[in-house]
Amino acid sequence: MKNKIPSMLCSSCSTKDATVHWTQVVGSKIHKVDLCEECAKTKGLDDPAGKALAGMLMGIGDEEVDEPALEEVSSEEAICPCCGFTQADFKKNLRFGCSECYDTFAGQLRGMLKTMHRGEQHVGKIPKAFAIQQNVANQLSELEARLEEAIKGEEFEEAARVRDEIRELRAQAQLEAGES
Amino acid sequence: MRVEDFLLSPEELCQRRGPNDDIVLSSRVRLARNLDSAPFPGWAKRKAKIEIMERILPEIESLSLFDDGFIESMDALKSQEKQLLVERHLISREHAARGAGSAVVINKEESLCVMVNEEDHLRMQAIRPGFQITEAWEAINGLDDELEERLPYAFSGEFGYLTACPTNVGTAIRVSAMLHLPGLVLAEQVNQVVNSVNKLGLAVRGFYGEGTDTLGHVFQISNQMTLGESEPEIVQRLSKVLSQIIGNEQNAREKLLDDRPETVWNHIGRAYGTLSNAYSISSKETMNLLSLLRLGVELGYFEDLSIHKIDELFIVTQPNHLQQAADGKLASNARDLLRADILRERLASVGRPKPDKNSA
Repeated sequence: MKNKIPSMLCSSCSTKDATVHWTQVVGSKIHKVDLCEECAKTKGLDDPAGKALAGMLMGIGDEEVDEPALEEVSSEEAICPCCGFTQADFKKNLRFGCSECYDTFAGQLRGMLKTMHRGEQHVGKIPKAFAIQQNVANQLSELEARLEEAIKGEEFEEAARVRDEIRELRAQAQLEAGES
Repeated sequence: MRVEDFLLSPEELCQRRGPNDDIVLSSRVRLARNLDSAPFPGWAKRKAKIEIMERILPEIESLSLFDDGFIESMDALKSQEKQLLVERHLISREHAARGAGSAVVINKEESLCVMVNEEDHLRMQAIRPGFQITEAWEAINGLDDELEERLPYAFSGEFGYLTACPTNVGTAIRVSAMLHLPGLVLAEQVNQVVNSVNKLGLAVRGFYGEGTDTLGHVFQISNQMTLGESEPEIVQRLSKVLSQIIGNEQNAREKLLDDRPETVWNHIGRAYGTLSNAYSISSKETMNLLSLLRLGVELGYFEDLSIHKIDELFIVTQPNHLQQAADGKLASNARDLLRADILRERLASVGRPKPDKNSA
């Protein structure tokens, strides 16, 4: 009779038996992951080609493929709060779920964009409303810095003047936002 | 309104000419835009998609740019109507497969077209005949200016215009030109050109866009990268490459006529022979031979044939245009017969090609 191996629970879902065991040596550390078949599949660990592709798409170089995948397994998987999209969904569709996904997956995305595009920072057209908003935000932070400085230097007349300027700018911005 | 009642006649459409249109058939600029915080079409449920479409359509309809235009939900179009739009390059094949929750809007001049809920909420394009990518960019930029005042776009300072696929993010622009390159094909230099264009980060595609064969020596060249470069920079870069390819094609034609004129005459003569005498001909063969006929017209070998007549034949011999002409469902072999009838009839008054042997 065969020795019965004590069953081990999947480290991702903690409900099913772990049947996929994956060991990875990074430097001097040994990482071990035990997953059930289903979780292994959704994490893309059941086929090495898929894993490499996912790594590539997420902008992770060959030598780094395994570590982030491990992190992904051990930590909670990111889910877009706006549309419920997950990284596994991305791997399947190669498209995002909504514009908020760009925020949710910004970390992984940056590396991927580097391999696809000429740069990582948008250059070019900006919607007018966004440009105005940005401009106001820049002006405000500049004024607030001046206000702080004036208070520090006990130049209260200047501080009062800057404070009024800030108020006016805010009111103006609110008015414009209301119009559009 | 039915698509066939709206669309310009092929004759009218082909009367429009543009700069360098012996080599550049058309120029297009497409922008992708999405609404803020709404699920992208590929991820949205049917109900959400319909809601998004119903937010977008009235705003487009309110623009004077689309006065007397065509606006229709995809589920209201018959499959043949959709295919007609594909053959006119007004919608993608992917969009033709869509139904409820997706729509198409075309302006009266057929120079602006918006696909609603294709891969992105908005895919808008401007089309111009010949080499006019700057003009096409200006036109679509104008439409985008109008729409951004009416719809809340998904935009980030870092990533630019946010699109369903990260390959389009940033400017979300695709600048493209359809090129007719028979000289480079006959001189067997086209692969070289395609390779160097690819190395410059530009894409080369076939006649109907992504994943299609090159037919009729027609190649579509477009930018691929959209992040990290402004729209005018992309337009300018493509413009430079296109000018070079135009030069390459002109050189290839000249060199062919110097080195192997009989090859060129042979191809054109045979194309004329087949097209004006066949009783059954496939769509693919027709396109390849019409392309050679077009080359013959450009070289001045045909006295009674103009480029726009050939371009018209390119359109009317496509499968769904034949269906429409026959007013019904034609089997493929019946289409081949009808196609040959049309070609024979239209070319009946055209005399044989007369190569200028003195120039060789």
